[in-house]
Amino acid sequence: MQFIKDFFSLLNDVLLKMTWLQNLVDMLLTKVFGINEDTYLFGSLSFFIYDVIKIFILLSVLIYMASYIQSYFTPEKTKRVLTKFKGIKGNIIGALLGTVTPFCSCSSIPIFIGFTKAGLPIGVTFSFLISSPLVDLASVILLASIFNWTVALAYVLVGLVIAVIGGTLIDKLKMERHVESFVIEAKHSSGPIEEVIEVKQTKKERHLYAFEQVKEIFSRVWIYVLIGVGIGAIIHGYIPEDFIQKILGDKNPFSVVIATIVGIPMYADIFGTLPIAEALVYKGVGIGTVLAFMMAVTALSLPSIILLKKVVKPRLLLTFVGIVTIGILITGFLFNAFSGLLI
Amino acid sequence: MIIKILGSGCSNCAKLASHAQDAVDMLNLEATIKKVTDMQEIMAYNILRTPAMVVDEKVLFSGQVLSAEKIAELLKNRS
Repeated sequence: MQFIKDFFSLLNDVLLKMTWLQNLVDMLLTKVFGINEDTYLFGSLSFFIYDVIKIFILLSVLIYMASYIQSYFTPEKTKRVLTKFKGIKGNIIGALLGTVTPFCSCSSIPIFIGFTKAGLPIGVTFSFLISSPLVDLASVILLASIFNWTVALAYVLVGLVIAVIGGTLIDKLKMERHVESFVIEAKHSSGPIEEVIEVKQTKKERHLYAFEQVKEIFSRVWIYVLIGVGIGAIIHGYIPEDFIQKILGDKNPFSVVIATIVGIPMYADIFGTLPIAEALVYKGVGIGTVLAFMMAVTALSLPSIILLKKVVKPRLLLTFVGIVTIGILITGFLFNAFSGLLI
Repeated sequence: MIIKILGSGCSNCAKLASHAQDAVDMLNLEATIKKVTDMQEIMAYNILRTPAMVVDEKVLFSGQVLSAEKIAELLKNRS
């Protein structure tokens, strides 16, 4: 039993935490560039180089694997599966499928309309739409690499719960009347729904798709990663702990609220926020505060809210934003309160 | 042949449109390519993911940015 634990611990260190990489970088900086280990410069440079390389490697590998798996979970299949479930089960399956179904935020409208046309309650659609950006295969593993698996799994669980409860609430509050009329009209006017022919993918095509996803996401995201790691490095090396503690330390009950409010209007990729989160936690910021920030950045992005506004009326949109925000705040408080158990 | 590229304007839609143009040039087809960004028009085609390609009012595929070669193959096969 101990052997298995040690084995996984080793795998974790080598593949996710890449302690060998950190040691390599530190050795390079001290032996080749002769930088003193105790300087701020060393702290920042070491963090920057190690984290950039680590995130880029993990990003490529994880996105490849996640995309390959996700090529099996098309929204069309999801829609067909979801029509078979009633009630809260629909929300749960919707939330679960949201995490493994790939889609960019520009698809949120077609998906919303398509699901609604198929007769799915809007709560189920929202459970899907909430969990999708919040919980994503690749970023969960990245979370595990930066913190640990307990945190990562807890994050997934909480994300799913927010998605399910949020969706169920939206249904219970009878918000269907707040969907833009043209969506409802489309539902009633379309005849028997023609199944769109799905182009079946061969294994080779799935690999190609996964490779294309890596290229595309990488090209979209690398700048956020560099900026994120840069900020993280500065925090890591130069900004003193008590300064950070004063503003964001978990002694400050408003830190979660501040983190969430700052995060909501921001649009950055989650991979860019992770290194900042890592540096802040290292400096003593509560894990809940940091997770709240990450969730706010990913779950509520300005582009997807603008798109959603085209299909739902303001009341429903506000309800959606409100529910997710409250969910994030509760998550932040909870994680801070239980941080002793998690880290 | 009328080819419509459905999408709300993100970079994938632009890529698909250019691949479609390449495919049409490769096969030397008489085809016009239209970019459709209006949501209500897009909705009429019953797709779940953008970008999507519609040929003569039938959806060829959706949610993928296929290469020009793959598009050419699909176009050849339908006729």
